[in-house]
Amino acid sequence: MTGYILKRLVSAIPVLLGISVIVFLIMAMIPGDPATAILGSYATPENVEKLNRDLGLDQGLVPRYFIWLGHMVQGDFGRSFALNRPVLDEVLDRFGATLILAGTSFVLCSLLGVAAGVVSAARQYGWADKAITFVVLLGISIPSFFLGMMMILIFAVQLRWFPVSGMWPIYGDRTVWVLLNHLFMPALALAVVATGVIARLARSAMLEVLRQDFIRTARAKGVRERRVIWRHALRAAMVSIIPVLGIQAGFVLSGAVYIEMVFQWPGVGRMLVDAILKRDILLVQGGVVFIAACYVMFNIMVDVAQAMLDPRIKT
Amino acid sequence: MRGFVTLLARNRLALVGLIVIGCVALLALITPLLPLANPNVIDTPNRFQPPFSAGAVLGTDHLGRDLLSRLLWGTRLSLAMGLAAAMIAATIGSAIGIIAGYYGGRTDNVIMRGVDMLMGFPYILLALAIVAALGPGLMNALIAVAAVNVPFFARNIRGITVGIAHKEFVDAARLSGMRNREIILSEVLPNVLPVIVIAMSTTVGWMILETAGLSFLGLGSQPPQADLGSMLGEARSALITHPHTSIVPGAMILVIVMGINLLGDGVRDALDPRLKSGALSRPMPATTVDRHGPVPVAQTDSLLDIAGLRTEFRVRDRVYKAVGGVDLHVERGECLGIIGESGSGKSVTALSVMGLVASPPGVITGGAVHFDGTDLIGAPYEVLRALRGRRVAYIFQDPLATLHPLYRVGDQLIEAIQTHDPLSKEAARTRAIDLLKSVRIPNAESRIDSYPYEMSGGMRQRVGIAMALANDPDVIIADEPTTALDVTVQAQILSVLSDLRRARGLAIIFITHDFGVVGQLCDRVAVMYAGQIVEEGPTEAVLRNPHHPYTSRLIDCVPTLGGGQRKLAAIPGLPPVVDRLPVGCAFAERCDKAEPACRADAIALMPTGAGRKTRCLFPETKQERIV
Ligand code: SF4
Repeated sequence: MTGYILKRLVSAIPVLLGISVIVFLIMAMIPGDPATAILGSYATPENVEKLNRDLGLDQGLVPRYFIWLGHMVQGDFGRSFALNRPVLDEVLDRFGATLILAGTSFVLCSLLGVAAGVVSAARQYGWADKAITFVVLLGISIPSFFLGMMMILIFAVQLRWFPVSGMWPIYGDRTVWVLLNHLFMPALALAVVATGVIARLARSAMLEVLRQDFIRTARAKGVRERRVIWRHALRAAMVSIIPVLGIQAGFVLSGAVYIEMVFQWPGVGRMLVDAILKRDILLVQGGVVFIAACYVMFNIMVDVAQAMLDPRIKT
Repeated sequence: MRGFVTLLARNRLALVGLIVIGCVALLALITPLLPLANPNVIDTPNRFQPPFSAGAVLGTDHLGRDLLSRLLWGTRLSLAMGLAAAMIAATIGSAIGIIAGYYGGRTDNVIMRGVDMLMGFPYILLALAIVAALGPGLMNALIAVAAVNVPFFARNIRGITVGIAHKEFVDAARLSGMRNREIILSEVLPNVLPVIVIAMSTTVGWMILETAGLSFLGLGSQPPQADLGSMLGEARSALITHPHTSIVPGAMILVIVMGINLLGDGVRDALDPRLKSGALSRPMPATTVDRHGPVPVAQTDSLLDIAGLRTEFRVRDRVYKAVGGVDLHVERGECLGIIGESGSGKSVTALSVMGLVASPPGVITGGAVHFDGTDLIGAPYEVLRALRGRRVAYIFQDPLATLHPLYRVGDQLIEAIQTHDPLSKEAARTRAIDLLKSVRIPNAESRIDSYPYEMSGGMRQRVGIAMALANDPDVIIADEPTTALDVTVQAQILSVLSDLRRARGLAIIFITHDFGVVGQLCDRVAVMYAGQIVEEGPTEAVLRNPHHPYTSRLIDCVPTLGGGQRKLAAIPGLPPVVDRLPVGCAFAERCDKAEPACRADAIALMPTGAGRKTRCLFPETKQERIV
């Protein structure tokens, strides 16, 4: 297994390079003089000249890319001129909050989605199936930012069950309980769409598996139906569910942007939107590369989980 | 195509979606013609008017602008943006996909690498990066959303194109000297166009959502122009004090996207051929019983007595009568063979005993199965379950498919034991090892930790047998257990079964299409054809002197040693389709001796000698055979 993990890590290198190329090319589309665009209102002639020298902006695309890549490999993502601090510091400061939000959401959507899909399949065409199918349709149709706003209205303003926004109260202790209280609504709002997608897929994967011969074998052994569904069938269905969990993790991670805006969550997503509006280009670039790289790493974890689940995958 | 439309129309939800989308689209189209207030006229004194106030049906927003007017204009813009993004993404993506799929080779490789790379990128992030580079704005948001959806189209259309690029008409066009560009435009494109349209219909909802999302973040449409997303974004600061300004645009997005999703689901269902046949439904824990008429009583006091069993498959408006009134019985310690071609109903008969026929579509419509005195047909699930594997166990045909692929064989054995016997894990494991030894698996102690895919076919089937033996059952029903195996392994498995039977006093129902196997193992044999028993009797007598013409044909098919496997195809003709059974003898079409009388009426199973019965008007009598 260690060998397999190493192999997957090595195979991530070209993907990471690909991501850096994509981001680099996108940023190269910036109209006008790049140094002026990056510096914004700090674009004094000296600053422009210094930046041109540091980032090789006056050179061709290819040398520019390698200069940029070289800096990044050394942990230098550039400097945010609007915030006047290194990009990486800012991203790392914010990343914890995003990770807590997206991580919780991911756990929520995986558990809820798989459970809903399994129940739906086991009760195919029954009322539970119909109810779940309807809720799932609603879930994948509602924009997460609108859902978040409605949740604030109902559960925070009307019912006062949860705080309106933020990650921590302005005054008071920072306990886990307080965090959970703040986390619940945004994490749920972020999870809803992915839950719907996962539930749909889990349902059809389960229906597919339940028709297979080994399910009949389990039943012929006298195994209780609950065990047939939740052990035999789900275990086999997970093989096709897990890759989708990986894809949905990407949606959750990047969808956090909306939720962080709605709930004033101090994460990378809000930082990105602010940076785009302020035209703080190096911060955007660094943030995007960082999140995308995290996602690649997460997908490796998904692959490893898949390999542990399915002994037929050569490790 | 007509079938597709009917299917779509039959799907009520899709119709609802279509109507909703139609209404919204119509409203958006006629917005300029409606007597609406100017959406951009600011009237601050009248800001935050509640809905239904004079002059503003939906109220006004934070700048006193009429919400209804802004809603309709915003909807118009949002729909236009979503559609435009979908068109751009579809055009560019499909072009890339067609080129990759048509040219193949290096071109394909390079393009698809890039596409995969893009698809591995969380795509909201990608859209943000593009907007960051181009700067916020309506057009740039549109470009960003279109761009991130290009890979989706490229990948799907490439798949379809690869299939088409190797069809005869494309080859023919190439041979006739047409240039690639002409072939793509005249032969390939018309064929992928429907797929492109469908892919668009399923993604346009997402694109509307995404453009609205970017506008919501302030990165899309810029004031005073507003789409639904930016309306929602602007209303956010007044969410708590004046929620209606948020609810109005948000609800509209929800309605639009839901309508599109309903429609898209309908389209997808209508296109999925598996749903057409209703095949994608899961079998229930036990076969459905829909028994009419009186329940037959047990005809014998045997251990297992099947009387008048009828099982059919209901697929849409068709009924396949797989088992049409079968009587069988097995004594303790006896081995009964059931033989017939595939589709003769022998497996369905066997599976009906413990309610294991897949249902839907299977339904048991008549008869009784008395096991040790109690009728199992229609018995409560818990009663059946307690008997399954405990007193009546099954061995199935292909152990690679019938063993769980992801559990070690030991765990599957232990589960079989613990299901009926509350043993500790260690005790169960010890017993599992004993079981593996009893079916002569070498190195049972280490083999127990193997996965099924790590074993040979013969070993796997031994595991299947061990699992059936786990709880010392009274009856084992073996459904073609040796069919998938080669001849030597087959012989080994048979000898294992035959020893076990003697040692444990097992009753075995052995289902096969091979008379050779029956001859080695079974005391009695029943021959099935088209869902009915056509001949039954002691194995030796039947083999030596078959009474039914079908039986005698089957016996002719037994492979001689070294002569390779002759299949039942050696019998000319095919068995009748069981949804259109003839009135008289089902074998008449293939029978040399068929007379008009044979086709006139149903033929009964008549006694023809000591312990023998035959369903034939003109039983064979003279031939003597040596097997
Ligand atoms: S009943 Fe007639 S057709 Fe049928 S098997 Fe006998 S002889 Fe042949």
